[in-house]
Amino acid sequence: METKNFDVVIIGAGIVGSMVAQRLSKFKLSVAVLEKEVDVGMGQSTANSAILHSGHDPEPGTMKAKMNKRGNELWKQYAPELGVEICDTGALVVAMNPEEKKQIKVLYERSNENGIEGVEMWSRAQTLAREPHLSPECTGALWTPTAGVIDPFEGVVAAAEHAALNGVQFFFNTEVQHMVVEEGKLTTVKTNRGDFHARWFVNAAGIHSDEIMHMVGDRPDFVIRARRGEYMIFDKAKVKVSNVIFPMPTENGKGILVSVTAHGNTLIGPNAHAIEQKEDTAVTKFGLSEILEQSKKVVPTISAQDVIATFSGVRATGNYCPDGSHRDFLIEISKRVKGLINLAGIESPGYVSSPAIAEEVERLLREEAGETFEDKEEYQPTRQPRVRFAKLSHDERAELIRKNPAYGRIVCRCEEVTEGEIVAAIHAPIPAMTYDAIKRRTWLGTGRCQGSFDYPRTMEILSRELNIPMTEITKRGPGSVFLFRKTKEIVEAGGTDGNNKAV
Amino acid sequence: METTKQYDVIVIGGGPAGMAAAIKAYEEGKGKVLIIERNDSLGGILPQCIHNGFGAVNFDRDYPGPQYAYMYEKKLRSYDIEILLDTMVLEISAEKEVYAMNSAMGYLHLQSKAIVLAMGCRERTRSQIRLPGTRAAGIYTAGTAQRLVNIEGYMPGKRIVILGSGDIGMIMARRFTIEGAKVLSVLELQPFLTGLRRNYVQCLQDYGIPLHLSTTVNKIMGADRVEAIETVQVDEQYNPIEGSEEIIECDTLVLSVGLIPENEISRKAGVKLDRRTNGPIVDSYMMTTIPGIFAAGNVTFVYDLVDYVSQAGELAGLNAARYARNERIDSQLGIRLKPGRNVGSVVPQKIMITKDDETGTSITLRPNALIEHRVTVELKYGDETVVSFKEQYARPAEMMFHKLKEKELARLEEIKSGELTAVIS
Repeated sequence: METKNFDVVIIGAGIVGSMVAQRLSKFKLSVAVLEKEVDVGMGQSTANSAILHSGHDPEPGTMKAKMNKRGNELWKQYAPELGVEICDTGALVVAMNPEEKKQIKVLYERSNENGIEGVEMWSRAQTLAREPHLSPECTGALWTPTAGVIDPFEGVVAAAEHAALNGVQFFFNTEVQHMVVEEGKLTTVKTNRGDFHARWFVNAAGIHSDEIMHMVGDRPDFVIRARRGEYMIFDKAKVKVSNVIFPMPTENGKGILVSVTAHGNTLIGPNAHAIEQKEDTAVTKFGLSEILEQSKKVVPTISAQDVIATFSGVRATGNYCPDGSHRDFLIEISKRVKGLINLAGIESPGYVSSPAIAEEVERLLREEAGETFEDKEEYQPTRQPRVRFAKLSHDERAELIRKNPAYGRIVCRCEEVTEGEIVAAIHAPIPAMTYDAIKRRTWLGTGRCQGSFDYPRTMEILSRELNIPMTEITKRGPGSVFLFRKTKEIVEAGGTDGNNKAV
Repeated sequence: METTKQYDVIVIGGGPAGMAAAIKAYEEGKGKVLIIERNDSLGGILPQCIHNGFGAVNFDRDYPGPQYAYMYEKKLRSYDIEILLDTMVLEISAEKEVYAMNSAMGYLHLQSKAIVLAMGCRERTRSQIRLPGTRAAGIYTAGTAQRLVNIEGYMPGKRIVILGSGDIGMIMARRFTIEGAKVLSVLELQPFLTGLRRNYVQCLQDYGIPLHLSTTVNKIMGADRVEAIETVQVDEQYNPIEGSEEIIECDTLVLSVGLIPENEISRKAGVKLDRRTNGPIVDSYMMTTIPGIFAAGNVTFVYDLVDYVSQAGELAGLNAARYARNERIDSQLGIRLKPGRNVGSVVPQKIMITKDDETGTSITLRPNALIEHRVTVELKYGDETVVSFKEQYARPAEMMFHKLKEKELARLEEIKSGELTAVIS
């Protein structure tokens, strides 16, 4: 296998890795991103609450508090450059009894300490006026206007594509297997797709970031524990809230929230349960009932009847104090080996923090490592968003179809996604190679029918555009094929594919 | 956007209800009738239903789905009815404007005097029944699996478990077996079969496929593709019975867990929907709460025989043509009808008193209890029974029909408005 040389190799194409790539793509550097999955954002970056937290919650003085506040500002600055939409919903942290009402003050003071702007303490009446679907038992709320909502898939894809447009190379299905340290310096990572040499390696491996460190013997006591959070999404025609609504936080975290999504649905979740296997994103009967019951206390009109999707995501709960007393993001140049930057334990609010973490990586490289960066002359400052047919006016639609008839064919009828959008996603700077990759980019299959109608057509389009047989189309990468064979195809002798009774 | 064209009746959906509606509307009014179909062929879901069992009522025959659809398509095409295929309706308005599009003609803005909604239904999904487990590939609704096998010509599984004993589930169990896959079992949450008995005999028994009642899926396993499912038995309150879990190794789970009328564009236009049926509230003319917008077929109420879907389409088409001709369709006076004991849903939700024999004076209801003995169906006005008829049994899988007799109508005319409750005892 061939060997590749880069200035910087980033391990992991989640939101953190993609944001670091995007940041470094401004400079005259050769940058690669290694991702073991088939697409960007396959881990915790996309199965989360999709909230751009204001920063009112993290403990003052922590890296989390700092990154959250800065990240929130940077997202708003980047959105037009990356071509992503941010919904400035603001967030309510609601109190549901007199006891909880007292905590509003505590949170208010913490918000001030974190330097969050515009935070207010609201009365019951003020709160209910803003969100009429709240339970009448609500006793007041903390209002944080700088919080917002994003499409989590779009955010990652946009950051990665902007990086790719500016020359960053992405290597998918590429898993780090081994690391080579020479004279105290990390020089090479060995993957299933060959060796990658670099001057700097950035560990942005999410729930696996501890394993990456341990490969070079760094921080053996730092262990990521995976906690799973389950979610439900509701039919937008049936359940509707217009804010991000948090319950009062407890020691166990931010609690089960009820939120509007970037697409106008209502989302509830997550709970938090420790799991053994880091990739176990199953949903459980217990968990779904749990989040449903909890959220009904806050928004009583939520009904199990109107659920259109359930999913779960895994969060990297890490710490660098063995006793777990001080949980914070770990953002550092490794003390043990040269050439490694660790970005680990990036749990919530990691998504919103990601651009600030990227900024911090640049700072570390400049100020602590003494790197100098030269601006790239051909840097493209913006990424054009792709067309979203469903959001266009009648006239814009007419014009678009005139230009390209592929936009005249609807493939996903619930979310009104056209063939044109699917083809564009397949041929984008970060190509969508699987059904789920198309789903994440176009929102196809996310509506009431959950893909029932669009599966066959989407498979056909993928097959045609990628020039591969239907039986090789996957849901989300190797092993997840949709179809096994053609009908009436003779099954090989001794094959297990069949009933003896078949006629 | 400028209006491209004017019509008397636009029918949305080219399935059995839509085709029947367009034919009848044309025969009645000889006006400008347009039928718009999302798919690239007419027939709705029928072309993929290659099994037989269609046409017993309307043709006194036992046709396969494509043949049944062809009977209507032939007639439709013999008339001067415009047909738009591969065309999606995105929006309609209460003023009966239709926004539609296709890749050949682009974006269309049409105006009609009357509209018939005939968009059919969709399948309930895994999320809607909150099935626990992973989100691996290999989980299909029965209709999607049917399309993949019968239209696309691909096998989505080798070792298959089916959840739901509805007709599509059982028919697919047979279909998969014939195509060389192994159907390991059909699971049903209810203590009784939810599809037709004849399908149980012809699709499961004849092929040695086991049916497990009071059993459901407890967990889906497998990271990339389904690897196994855990089943569990449930008690009378549908609570899982501990210790009854069983693991079945399979690569595919097919869901046949119910159909829901598809009313996205109805809702956008402001048509009022019935929470019970998930379809528009209709009167005896099949008119919705918006004058001039009619609805028929599975879009109003999931029928169990296609023959009845076509009949409902005819009724809607007939009245849409009359409405387009400015004939007065009185939507003011009517008697509301609501489901009571042992009744899941009723259509129409508003009975109109009419002397016109062609117009609907029929009611359709679906029981929500299994009563395996002779039952009486009553429409009650307060304590008084206005309409009463007997049936051999009441099964949720089988709808009941009743055409109101003259005497019953005369009594209804005395009531004029108010509310009736349908009960089964």
